[in-house]
Amino acid sequence: MITLDWVYALAGAVFAAFALLGLADRGNPRRWTTAAFWALLATSMWAGDALGDLGNGVLVLGLVALGALGLGRGDGVVPPEVRQARADRFGNRLFAIALIIPVTALVGTFLFKAAPGWFDTKQATLIALALGVLIAMTAGCLWLRAGPLVPLQQGRRLMDCVGWAAILPQMLASLGAVFALAGVGDVVGSIVQQAIPQGSLLGAVIAYGLGMALFTMVMGNAFAAFPVMTAAIGIPLLIRTYHGDPAIVCAIGMLAGFCGTLLTPMAANFNLVPAALLELKDKHGVIKRQVGTAVPLLIVNIALIYWLAFP
Amino acid sequence: MVLLGIAIIVAGFLLRFHPLLVILASAIVTGLAAGLDPLAILAAFGKAFNEARYVSIIWIVLPVVGLLEAHGLQERARGLIAKMRGATVGRFLTFYLILRQMLAAVGLTSVAGHPQTVRPLVAPIAEAAAETQAGQLREDEREKIKAWAAATDNVGLFFGEDIFLAIGSILLIKGLLEQYGIGLEPLQLSVWAIPTAIAALLIHGFRLWRLDKRLARIRAERAP
Repeated sequence: MITLDWVYALAGAVFAAFALLGLADRGNPRRWTTAAFWALLATSMWAGDALGDLGNGVLVLGLVALGALGLGRGDGVVPPEVRQARADRFGNRLFAIALIIPVTALVGTFLFKAAPGWFDTKQATLIALALGVLIAMTAGCLWLRAGPLVPLQQGRRLMDCVGWAAILPQMLASLGAVFALAGVGDVVGSIVQQAIPQGSLLGAVIAYGLGMALFTMVMGNAFAAFPVMTAAIGIPLLIRTYHGDPAIVCAIGMLAGFCGTLLTPMAANFNLVPAALLELKDKHGVIKRQVGTAVPLLIVNIALIYWLAFP
Repeated sequence: MVLLGIAIIVAGFLLRFHPLLVILASAIVTGLAAGLDPLAILAAFGKAFNEARYVSIIWIVLPVVGLLEAHGLQERARGLIAKMRGATVGRFLTFYLILRQMLAAVGLTSVAGHPQTVRPLVAPIAEAAAETQAGQLREDEREKIKAWAAATDNVGLFFGEDIFLAIGSILLIKGLLEQYGIGLEPLQLSVWAIPTAIAALLIHGFRLWRLDKRLARIRAERAP
């Protein structure tokens, strides 16, 4: 059966290729640390399950040390004139290849679920996505008459643009696990409970919505904030004392948390990584464009809970 | 005491220390404050890091994106938009927002995303449309358009995915409520994501419409 482990093997191969190509890239002033960083990530993909918990911890220390020493960027930019000439030559073929990945992910998600013996259906989309990458890479090399190293070289160039930010999301997820182990959520919940004004339904609703958004901003993840805020305010006050509809309180409360996700650098995969990927000079450029949507939407969410959940 | 870790995170990000070091420091301080020994903290962190590997899988799309960019994908997107009459950043991104919300609402969250669609397609098309609207853009203005593309992807994903029954957040809500003796079906929860989804579309769509107006003003100001 094809499982996520196959995808990890593929990802390990891609990172290993980035490491090897990076080592050969003399245009990168820090090619040793850069290559070592991607090699460690390849190790994690390939052998993570065999390393043991402490082994993985040491691997993380290595990644952080290399990231702190600094990674560099190398050569490989194709000049604009060449790209323009190629764009004229290949035309809409380029879009067709670009669409292979999303279309394969879409079709594969449904097809794989129809063949549950062959694929791990819980991971259907990620497996289909990986398959789409392989198809698109092959089709691209054939159709654009590029050697097999060209995509890996160009991928390595883009990866170097992202740099150590590539592992930020994974690091923050792991920090969340340590927070959970230390019981951070319970402490925050008890503080919040003391801060709520007594006897005001609107006050309690605002405290819940705002608390979800703020604690999500701190944790970078609404999933971490939701159990804390719901146990502290949602269940005892909104649902038990004021008899709010639990489905509405919780469903919209979660979405109030999502407004917080739009506002925080802690949600690195949504906010910082795209800025690196799009090569923006302002690391917080994406967050700044989101403030104008997130803040009014948070107010709407709080109002929706107040109006809909308490008839 | 365990809140010290949160303080370190907030201060570290505000003072712009190296984020990887800040995260590690926060984890160590939080663990120590909770009475864990250093090796146990390292093991807990390593275990969680290994379990979260799927987050980093997405980078395997970069070779395809790089190959296409080296062969003129962005230039081609620009050429195509320049020929289209009436194509504006606002209209295009609103269309993408609706598409992203609908895909997420049927559970197809990984079909689009920053590496898969924003970097190769959405951002260059948005940039090209903005240039046809406003004429030549300054570098900082061009950056803002790219950031709008990424922001629109996030808004579409966040306020579409909860309409789907089997998404993680809906299952989390169901599981938590069960612990308190409240039994709910996922459908009863996910329908309540629809009002917010509509509000998100209206608010973000309105801002994109204003972005078009702003670009038209830039064109008028810089016209010779």
